[in-house]
Amino acid sequence: MRQKQLRLITTFHTTADALACEKACKAQGFSGRIIPVPRQLSAGCGLAWSCEPELEGEFAGFLKEHQVEFDEMAVILF
Amino acid sequence: MMGEIKRVYLDNAATTMQKPPCVVEAVTAALTSFGNSGRDTGGHALDASRVIYEARCLVSDMLNLGNPKQVVFTCNSTEALNMAIRGLFQKGDHVISSVMEHNAVLRPLYDIEEEQGVSHTFIGVDEKGRLLLSDIEKHIRPETKALIFTHASNVTGNANDLMAIGKIAKAHGLLFIVDASQTAGVLPIDMKAMNIDVVAFTGHKGLYGPQGTGGMAVREGLEIRPMKSGGTGVLSYLQHQPEEMPTHLECGTMNAHSLAGLRASLNWLTKEVGIDQVHAHEIALAKRFYDGLKDLPVIHFYGDYDTDQRAAIVSLNIGDYDSSEVSDQLEGDYGISTRPGAHCAPLIHEAMGTVEQGMVRFAFSWFNTEEEVDYAIKAVRELAADV
Repeated sequence: MRQKQLRLITTFHTTADALACEKACKAQGFSGRIIPVPRQLSAGCGLAWSCEPELEGEFAGFLKEHQVEFDEMAVILF
Repeated sequence: MMGEIKRVYLDNAATTMQKPPCVVEAVTAALTSFGNSGRDTGGHALDASRVIYEARCLVSDMLNLGNPKQVVFTCNSTEALNMAIRGLFQKGDHVISSVMEHNAVLRPLYDIEEEQGVSHTFIGVDEKGRLLLSDIEKHIRPETKALIFTHASNVTGNANDLMAIGKIAKAHGLLFIVDASQTAGVLPIDMKAMNIDVVAFTGHKGLYGPQGTGGMAVREGLEIRPMKSGGTGVLSYLQHQPEEMPTHLECGTMNAHSLAGLRASLNWLTKEVGIDQVHAHEIALAKRFYDGLKDLPVIHFYGDYDTDQRAAIVSLNIGDYDSSEVSDQLEGDYGISTRPGAHCAPLIHEAMGTVEQGMVRFAFSWFNTEEEVDYAIKAVRELAADV
């Protein structure tokens, strides 16, 4: 298994939200990628966005600015 | 003659037979590359998810909905209309609709009358099949909850004034549901300016996408009770369908292969060719066909042909010939595909007095040519000469 790293994980209510997040991030040059929702955040499946933990302070504002709804945001080892 | 027969497809109000090459390419590519959208984060599944999301964005932009999450995909407009009509009303409610509607609206309305106690009033039409717009307000009651109107009749091609109906809906606090089966991708629809709450659309007609695609655009904040529940790929431990749109109204594996085709056709229609240009071509062909036959007294036309704000449909009868007989002869002797009969719209045929005879419907697309129209004119003139 690869070594776990600290990542800022954002979860969403719908797949469409995750795709909206990816689209906004790509357009604005934010790095990151879609991953399966880590089980420690939710047991209910779905897509999440994983990016550098340093973005924690600004990412929620970025998503709100681009009208992307999200569920939770947490820095975890993944 | 049969071996040499020309093939002319003029049943585009049922389905546009010819699609842009980009649609065929998109479906083919999807069939060999897509995983299950929204179900995992592998590249193949994400490709499917991304294409579906892009299709939502294109629909939202086309209808000025303002939020791609409010675009729900179904297998056609009939399913979307059923979801809206069965999922919005309570016992004792009343809705206003019209005799111009397709059975995709009429049958759910008859059903909820019996099953849910939701009554309805149908607004009539004039001698040219035009909606009696001024009658709508006369039938609004305290328990009236919605106006449900087609944008354009699939029989006469006549279009309704959505801006005017939307104003009535707003003035009386009513929901406004539009069946855009014949007009999505054909005539402009602006949900915000027209005060529309739900637009039901199908992918395989004026949007030039594959059959099995369609959906509805739902005004943000409007709750429609789900007709189905099941796997969503999210919130798996919830016992009921999630509340968030579009998941609230979508479950099971999406038709991603066909939606890839719809995304391609929406892109082609709205960004490459342009809706206005496609409609201008289609309506010019319809007008050419009408003008080529209107001098024949034996032909009876149905609909208002004095305006371009209509679907590219020309419906007619030749004398008192059975429309099925005419359509069959057009197909057999000339290779021209048309649609006879009742067109799943019984009330407009009752209003136009054509229940027994039906009508022969000619419907034109971007891929039809003036040469094909002239050939159809010649065919109808030859048949009419026998009357």
